[in-house]
Amino acid sequence: MKIAVCIKAVPETDTRIRIAADGRSIDRTDVKFIISPYDEFALEEAVRLKEAKGGQVIALSLGGDEVPNLLREALARGADEAVHIAAAGIAIDDPLCVGKTLAAALKGLTPDIVFFGKHGVGGDNQQVHAIVAEKLGWPQVTVVTKLEVGDGRLRAEREIEGGVEVVETGLPAVVGAQKGLNEPRYPKLQSIMQAKKKPLATKTFADFGLTAAEVGPEGAGLAVTALRLPPPRQAGRRIAGDPGQQAAELLSALQNEVKVI
Amino acid sequence: MANGVLVFAEQRDGAFKKATYEALSEGHRLAEKLGQPLSAVIIGSGIRHLANEAAHYGATTVYVADVAPLAKYSTDGYVKALTEAIQAAQPSVVLAAATAMGKDLAPRAAARLDIGLASDVVETHIENGALTVTRPVYAGKAFATVAFQRSPAFATLRPNVFPAASPDASRTAEVKPIGATIVDALQARVTDILAAAKGKIELTEASIIVSGGRGIKGPENYYLIQNLADALGGAAGASRAVVDAGWVDHSRQVGQTGKTVSPTLYIACGISGAIQHLAGMSSSKFIVAINKDPEAPIFKIADYGIVGDLFEVVPKLTEQVSAMRQN
Ligand SMILES: Cc1cc2nc3c(=O)[nH]c(=O)nc-3n(C[C@H](O)[C@H](O)[C@H](O)COP(=O)(O)OP(=O)(O)OC[C@H]3O[C@@H](n4cnc5c(N)ncnc54)[C@H](O)[C@@H]3O)c2cc1C
Repeated sequence: MKIAVCIKAVPETDTRIRIAADGRSIDRTDVKFIISPYDEFALEEAVRLKEAKGGQVIALSLGGDEVPNLLREALARGADEAVHIAAAGIAIDDPLCVGKTLAAALKGLTPDIVFFGKHGVGGDNQQVHAIVAEKLGWPQVTVVTKLEVGDGRLRAEREIEGGVEVVETGLPAVVGAQKGLNEPRYPKLQSIMQAKKKPLATKTFADFGLTAAEVGPEGAGLAVTALRLPPPRQAGRRIAGDPGQQAAELLSALQNEVKVI
Repeated sequence: MANGVLVFAEQRDGAFKKATYEALSEGHRLAEKLGQPLSAVIIGSGIRHLANEAAHYGATTVYVADVAPLAKYSTDGYVKALTEAIQAAQPSVVLAAATAMGKDLAPRAAARLDIGLASDVVETHIENGALTVTRPVYAGKAFATVAFQRSPAFATLRPNVFPAASPDASRTAEVKPIGATIVDALQARVTDILAAAKGKIELTEASIIVSGGRGIKGPENYYLIQNLADALGGAAGASRAVVDAGWVDHSRQVGQTGKTVSPTLYIACGISGAIQHLAGMSSSKFIVAINKDPEAPIFKIADYGIVGDLFEVVPKLTEQVSAMRQN
C-alpha cells in the first residue's frame, strides 16, 4: 500500500503567544515548533498500517525552515520518505491555498490512503483535509478514533456529539486522526540514526504545476486583518471558611451574582 | 448580485440542535443588519416539517432536501444538497454551526465552491455592508479578525456563543424542494451510530461544565465530578492528565488538544491550570477553581476561588445544589 501522511509544524502548545509588529501574525522569535499533536496520531496510524499490510509511508509537510527537522522526526517514527513543500509564495495560513497545494502534491503520488491530524493546532481551522479530499474527489472521514482498512475499503469510527458514527467507504480516501486512534511510539535511537539516511526532498508549488495566482495571497479565500490577545482575566474572590460554608457561599454567589443556577 | 444570508439548519433525528437555533438567530440578525433576506437549508429524510420552525426564526425561504439517500449524514450527499442550495439562493453570507457535522461538511462545500471558510467564529461584524468575523486561534490564546476575499462569505459558528432568539410562530416561509438528483451512490456512508451513555450532555453544548483533574486521584472518584455536573444540569469534563491516565474517555478532555469550551460556568476541581488547559476553557463566562494549593495557577483566572480539599468541598456543593433543586 502507498500511504501518505501530511504533518504540520506548529508552535509548542505551551508557547505564550505574542503578536508580531504587523499586527496580523504571531511573533515567531524563540518559538519552538513541534509536529501538530493530532498529526502524531496520523503518522502512527500510517506506520501501523504499513507494518500490517506492507508498503511505504510518505510524509509531506508544507511550511518554512522549521519543517525539515520535523520531517526527520517523522522518518525516525517510521515514515520511509519525506517531502518538504517550501512555503515561499504560498498563502500558508489560508486553508484553501494549503489544501490546493497538498492536493496537487498528493495527486502525483497516487496514494491509497492519506492521513491528516483532525486539526492543526494553532490555526485551528479543521479544514485542510476536507479541502484536499474535495480537490482530489476522494471520500473523507474526519475525527477518526478507530480504523480498519480492508481490501480497497475502510471502516472508521468518528466522534460526533454524544456518540460515534460508523462510516464505510472505498479507497483512496482521506482520514483525519483524533486522539484515541492509537498511542504514538517514541523513536528509538537506532531509528533516529537510520532516519538521517532516508530521502527528504524539497519541492515548490511550481513543481506540482500550480501558479502563484492559485496558491498565493491572490488565491486565498480569507485574509486575516488583525490578530489580538484576549483581555487578560483577573483573579476574582477567594472564598474562605469550612467546606460547608465555602459551598454555601459559592452557591449564593452563583445564584445572585452570576445568575446561572 | 449575491444577496441574503443562508443558514445550514442542521438536524439530527428530525429535530434541530441547540446550535442550529443559534445559527438561525445569528443569521437573522445579520440579515437585518444587511437589509437582506434570510433563507435556510434543511437536509435529511422525513424532515419537511422543520421548515416551519426555520420560518419562525426568520427564514423567508427554506430549501428542503428531503430524500431517502440523505436519511443518515454523508459528507458527499450533504455537500451536494448544500451547494445546490447555495447556488439557488446566491447568498452573500452562508452560516453553519461548528458541530461535528458542520466541521465535516462546511470545508468540503467551501472547497467545491472555491471560497474561503472561517471556522469556529465567535463574533460577527458588518462593516461597509461586508461581513468580517473574529475567531479564536491557538485555542483561544489569540483572536483573529478575518475578512472574506471571495463570495459568498462562509462561516461556522461556535456553539454556545451566539444567543438564540425567541421564535415567532406567525412567520411563514416559502418552501423550495431541492436534492432531487441525489441518488443512492454516495462515496462514504454512515452504517451505524453508536450512542454514548444516554442523557450525557455534550461538553461543547453545555452551559455548565464541572471538570476534574489529577486531584481526583483515581477513576473511582470521578463520580464526584459527574454527580456535581448532574446536580447542576451540566456536563462533566477532565484535564488531559486524567484522560492520559485512562480514567475517563478522551471525548471529555478540555484544552488545547481536547475540546475548547465556552460555557456560562466552568468549575475546575483539582486542576492546576496548565496553559494547555486554560487555552480550552478561559473563554468561559465564569470560572470557579477548587484546589488545595493556594498557589495553583488556575486561581489567577478564576472568578471564585476555593482553597480546599475537593473531596470535602465537591460533595458539599452537590448536596446543597440538590437540596436547593428540591425546594
Ligand atoms: C502537547 C500537549 C498538549 C496538552 N493538551 C492539554 C489539554 O488539551 N488539556 C489539558 O488539560 N492539558 C493538556 N496538556 C497537559 C498540561 O500541560 C498539564 O499537564 C495538565 O493539564 C495537568 O492536568 P491537571 O491539572 O489535572 O494535573 P496537575 O497539574 O497534576 O494538577 C493537579 C492539581 O490538583 C490539585 N489537587 C490535588 N489533590 C487535591 C485535592 N484533594 N483537592 C483539591 N485539589 C487537589 C493540586 O494542587 C494540583 O493543582 C497538554 C500538554 C502537552 C505537552
